[in-house]
Order: sequence, then C-alpha cells, then structure tokens
Amino acid sequence: MIQIEGVSQRYGDREVLSDINLSLDEDRIGVIGANGSGKSTLVRLLNGLVVPTTGRVLVDGLDTARDGARVRRKVAFVFSDPDAQIVMPTVAEDVAFSLRRHGLSKPEVADRVRDILDRFGLGDHPDHPAHLLSSGQKQLLALASVLVTEPEILICDEPTTLLDLRHSRQVAGVLEGLAQRVVLVTHDLALLRGWARVLVIEHGRVVADGSAEASIGHYEALMARQPC
Amino acid sequence: MTSTYQPGTSVLHRAGAGVKLAGLLVFSTLLVALKSPATVLVGFVLVAGLYVIAGFGVRTLGEQAWPLRWFVLFLIPFQWWTAGWQVAVVVVGTLVVAVEGAALVSLTTRVSDLLDTITALLEPARVIGVDPDRVALLLALTIRAVPVIAATLHEARDARRARGLERSTRALVTPVVVRTIRHADRVGEALAARGMDD
Repeated sequence: MIQIEGVSQRYGDREVLSDINLSLDEDRIGVIGANGSGKSTLVRLLNGLVVPTTGRVLVDGLDTARDGARVRRKVAFVFSDPDAQIVMPTVAEDVAFSLRRHGLSKPEVADRVRDILDRFGLGDHPDHPAHLLSSGQKQLLALASVLVTEPEILICDEPTTLLDLRHSRQVAGVLEGLAQRVVLVTHDLALLRGWARVLVIEHGRVVADGSAEASIGHYEALMARQPC
Repeated sequence: MTSTYQPGTSVLHRAGAGVKLAGLLVFSTLLVALKSPATVLVGFVLVAGLYVIAGFGVRTLGEQAWPLRWFVLFLIPFQWWTAGWQVAVVVVGTLVVAVEGAALVSLTTRVSDLLDTITALLEPARVIGVDPDRVALLLALTIRAVPVIAATLHEARDARRARGLERSTRALVTPVVVRTIRHADRVGEALAARGMDD
C-alpha cells in the first residue's frame, strides 16, 4: 500500500503538487496529464527520488523521507531514456550491476541474469554492447536491470516515449505480464485500457481518479477544452 | 576499455582479471626498464602471439594501434631528429606495444571483472575513507559515457549541418555540453533510483 498524505511539492516559488492525498493499492495504476502537470514529480515521490516539501509518502508503512534506502529496494523506477539508465558496457553486465550489493555469489548472479534476460528476449545478447541495442531493446534492458532485484512495485515514467510502435507494444506486453504492481506515467492512452485505476493530474492536483475508461474520458474532455 | 570485450573461450579469456592486470604491469615495466630495440621486438612478438592464442587476427592487432597513428607519425620524426633512430624505435615501439598489451586485456576481460578486481585491490583503502564501490562505479560510468558522448557529438554535428552552420563551433559545442550535462543529471537520478547511492 502506498499512502500519500497531504503532500505538496515546491521548487522555489513554483508549486508543482498541491495537497495530494491518495491511497494506492491496485496492481495497475496509470498516471496521465499534460506536460508540466506534475505527474513525473508525483511518481518520483513514490520511491524517495523526491522528498515532499510538506506531507509524507508511506510505502508499506515506510516513510520515503526517512527510509529511502529500504523504500528503493521495494520500489523500482524506469525512466523514458534508457541510455541514462544503462551503466555497464554490455547487456549481462548491466543487469548484474544491479545485484552488486545484494550479497549473492557469482553463480547466483549469473543464474538470475540469465533468467531475466531470457524472460525479456535478450538471452541471445548477453555480451552485446548495450549502446548498440535498438531503443526498444535498451528499454527492455533497463526494465530487466531494475526487475532483477525483484522489487514489489515498478514505477515507469513514460517508458515508451522514445520507442516506435513495435517496441512500444513489446514494452507494453512486458508491463502487462509482470507480477509486480505497476505505476505507469504515459501519454500513450492506449496502454492504459483496462487498467484498474488511472489518475489525471492537472496543475499539480488530482482532477480525476477512477477506472481507466472514466479517467481517460475526463482527460480527453479536459484537453479538448484547452486552447492549442 | 570502451566495451571492447570480445567473448571467447581462450586461456586468456579464462584467466583472472587480476592475473592479466599484474601481467600487463610487469610486461610494461620491463619494456620501459630495458629500453632497447631488441626488447621492443621481443615484446611485440610476444603480444602478437598472445593475440593469436586469444583467437584474434592481424586485423584486430592493427585496430588497437590505429588510434595512435597521428601521435606515432609526429613522434617518430621528432624523436629521430632529437635523439636518433634507436630512441625513436624504443619510445614509439614501447608505446605501441604497451597499448597493444592493454587492449588485449580489454578484449579478453569483461569490464565487470576488471571492476571487481579494482574494488578488491582498493579494499584496504577503506581505512583512509576511499569507497571501492564508488571508485568502481565512477570507472564504469566513465567507460559508459564514451559511446553516449560520441553519439551526442554525432547528432549535434548533423543538426549543425542541417541548419547550414557547418563552420560554427558554438552550434556544435553548446548542444553537446547542454545534452551531456542533462545526461549526467539523468544518470545520477537513475542511479539514485536503483539505490546506488544508499
């Protein structure tokens, strides 16, 4: 259970989020909104990347401000640009890098790396230079690299923004099949069809919170009312 | 070191990273200490033989020295003119053979194995406040940054050409610096999200 209690977030004079109160318990939660609406800041609060100016965020009772390290072991994060997330030169090495501080033996690390690369269709490329992968494969590698640590929650901030349709669908398929709870920020509304809950963020506030169909309908109406 | 590892099963691929680094250190030290054309020749034959044992051909051997070509072309006449042909052969030969040896270590060793070795070697330095994991992370990020910055430079060059500003240094340097800083910012955020700073 993620609880957001009275959270506001300011950067200087600018208030990015205003008095957010939410309990997030669904397996699949979407977050949509216009650019600059505050949705990325909202999800960055969930694993302690951003600490709220006021209020608090609890993940299974852990306060992200005080227990950031423990929260990040539970809550993994994938960004839109996979190049910024890949640290090591080759595919297998990058996945193994996530396990450096997990106290596993080399054979255990190798087994887990092999398993997850097979799951994500990268099993044939363990020694391939990561920077030579396609954009879609890089994003799959970024996902594999965070999921190899077996987090309970995965947050994805626009993971398909830089991908073509084929790779976007591939990543969407992977997200759909995950056992983890997923919080997904996206502009690709089709990705959220059938999701349990979708939040619409506008000017730092939650303006709609309900089923995917209801929230997407609200968002589309909201965007239609705004001048180009 | 920029992700040049070539998978293989040769004895050099199977050897520990620490053994290879120690061998490279001894080999380079002997080259510099003995400084004679004969030593350079023996060193070159030895390195070339190791390339063959590792399963690499003459092409790979040449590719490793190719980036040094302008430096070598400048150094040979300069050393010849100032100190004679023997010194030119020793200085340039030592440099090329040492680089070939270091490249062979990179070609046969995963970066993660090198980082593990460096982390282990730095472990005693914890007492003076050095965090070996952070040093390893720094090295990994440095290696990883090379292809990213190269791609950024390539794109900025294309963008400059598209705007008809081929001769403008500012049109090349500004976007490269801005994008590199933004990339560094994102990498830092991604590392924090992966708990690397905890």
